[in-house]
Amino acid sequence: MGYGMNHLRELESESVYVIREVAAQFEKPGLLFSGGKDSIVMAWLAQKAFYPASIPFPFVHIDTGHNFEETIQYRDDLIKRMGVRLIVGSVQESIDKGRVAEEHGFNASRNKLQTVTLLDTIEQYRFDALLGGARRDEEKARAKERFFSHRDEFGQWDPKNQRPELWNLFNGKKHLGEHFRIFPLSNWTEMDVWQYILTEGIDLPNLYYTHEREVFERDGIWLAYYPFMKLKEGEKVIKKRVRCRTIGDITCTGLTVSEAYKVEDIVGEIAASRETERGGRRDDKRSEASMEDRKKEGYF
Amino acid sequence: MASYLDMELLRFTTAGSVDDGKSTLIGRLLYDSKSIFEDQLEAVKVASERMGNKEFNLALLTDGLRAEREQGITIDVAYRYFATPKRKFIIADTPGHIEYTRNMVTGASTADAAIILVDARNGIVEQTRRHSCIASLLQLPDIVVAINKMDLVDFSKRIFEKIQVEYGEVAKKLGLKRVYYIPISARDGDNVVNSSERMPWFKGRPLLELLEELPVGGESRAAAGRFPVQYVIRPQKDEYHDYRAYAGRIAGGNFKVGDHITVLPSGSTSVITGIEEMGVELECAWAPESVAIRLKDDIDISRGDMIVKNDELPCISSEVSLLVCWLNHRPLRTGSKYIIRHTTNELIGIVKEIQFKVDVNTLDEVPGSVEVHMNDIARIRLKTAKPLKYDRYAENRTTGSLVLIDEATFETVGAGMII
Repeated sequence: MGYGMNHLRELESESVYVIREVAAQFEKPGLLFSGGKDSIVMAWLAQKAFYPASIPFPFVHIDTGHNFEETIQYRDDLIKRMGVRLIVGSVQESIDKGRVAEEHGFNASRNKLQTVTLLDTIEQYRFDALLGGARRDEEKARAKERFFSHRDEFGQWDPKNQRPELWNLFNGKKHLGEHFRIFPLSNWTEMDVWQYILTEGIDLPNLYYTHEREVFERDGIWLAYYPFMKLKEGEKVIKKRVRCRTIGDITCTGLTVSEAYKVEDIVGEIAASRETERGGRRDDKRSEASMEDRKKEGYF
Repeated sequence: MASYLDMELLRFTTAGSVDDGKSTLIGRLLYDSKSIFEDQLEAVKVASERMGNKEFNLALLTDGLRAEREQGITIDVAYRYFATPKRKFIIADTPGHIEYTRNMVTGASTADAAIILVDARNGIVEQTRRHSCIASLLQLPDIVVAINKMDLVDFSKRIFEKIQVEYGEVAKKLGLKRVYYIPISARDGDNVVNSSERMPWFKGRPLLELLEELPVGGESRAAAGRFPVQYVIRPQKDEYHDYRAYAGRIAGGNFKVGDHITVLPSGSTSVITGIEEMGVELECAWAPESVAIRLKDDIDISRGDMIVKNDELPCISSEVSLLVCWLNHRPLRTGSKYIIRHTTNELIGIVKEIQFKVDVNTLDEVPGSVEVHMNDIARIRLKTAKPLKYDRYAENRTTGSLVLIDEATFETVGAGMII
């Protein structure tokens, strides 16, 4: 392979550069941690960026209250191991305070409500930059996202007024009340993330590997069954061996029927896969431009 | 599987207007390399039908935002990803309308190569020259001229060769280093992934094979050793009481343990005692790796300083000439102050003189022009509040580039390449 740099090393170097740039350019950064594989990789990279010092900013988790218990357990273990501070923004609290109204019906989800909780948390802690694990390959509205994505004082994203990003020069200058979303993994694909997890030996929540769980099928997507979810007529809860390809809120995380026991199996499974990982995300399916709309409002 | 874990990364940009079939070519590369998933295909099928396309429209695979889909244009640089067993690719897909210059400069700034699309029916047109000029200004080492729509000219060898000769003149004038020519049909896939049976006279490699073999990163590795200090690591832990490391991304050449170095601007000298790449000790590190460097002597170093090798000093000056591409609606003005971001350094600069504007179609000097508007390229003289430690852009694309930021709006308004 010549003396060139391996693609994973190059992506890692780029992401570490971006993370260090955040620590240098901003006063109150935070790292959005969801417990999903992308934010786990980001946490891993942040640890490397400042080693042997600790990560100089807290993790922020927007908890919908509908998280898999495995995610929360993993999060708490990781926080302890890395020695970072955790700030939790609770969607349940936003509901209790009347900031948002719970959705009703069969497709009720707290996924959209997170945006309000997220923006409230940003205001409360005066974050001026939040690192997120989003990647440009995930969804078409994200293909044009910057590494340093500017948000106005209402937390909104204006796709027509983003700052040009040239070379490796990132402009984090902002006015009072504005903030940035920073995406160090912009240039990673799903495959890169899994290959990196494999080569680095990163420990993941068990949800990513095959396990038996109570599930039901809706519109061709397998969903995990929890008592707070309403079943339609004809929907039956059965036990199946499944795994998560992405992890989000329980109500909108589609499960893959799988026998993947270890990361190698997952890499093979993805190489053979014919659907994107967001293909199982119910939140993206609401309309063709739904991600674009949510991003404008201030979503992750 | 093992090979999948050890690929190189090639970043390239695509230049061409909608009519040249650029989106179709990208759609084709993604589709044929199996980077398109079924749910994405399904979405495109639905969209194709809604827009009244009878055929499945490959170009729709790359149209991102709703505003763009409605207007049928691309308004910004979009990044696309695909991989073959040999390489991972990042495409900076730049649109072909009026704001072209600024978008192509942005896309090309991080690219190793450019694909320039030429419509076989029209040959070299003004836009081809403009794209080539920008590729040359941005110092892209490899240019692939993809002569598209060969199916519409009966796969004519004569037409292909005529365009090749014509472009050869352009390339010579611009001093383009390495140029490759491929006759293709993006719509049907000829010479994109597989060699075309309809053009047996073409003995070269198909496009994807060529992209898999272009050299990457050679220029930055061959450059002089440059390490802009990005962040100082000082753990507040007892076991690392006296530990201090300088974190950054190597911007040129390499650094080894034992190297004698100079820190700029102070001019202090020391010796490298350790290079750490995220917890792993290295003997030597190359551009563009992110590392942390430890020095023998305890000297005062902070963000914005640059570590270089004693025998490879960069230029140091507070007055530089640069080619600037203007990115903003508000024009560039002589005497205006801007925030300058150069490597990890931030300082104030003032535009002393607009020397001349550059004709983006020829790279010739435009006489008597002083107003620099969005999408213009001009040569200016810039004075900075503190000296810059730099190389000419032609020698190092990282230490030779800078951006200008508006003091009031904080927008990135100009992209500069130091001459």
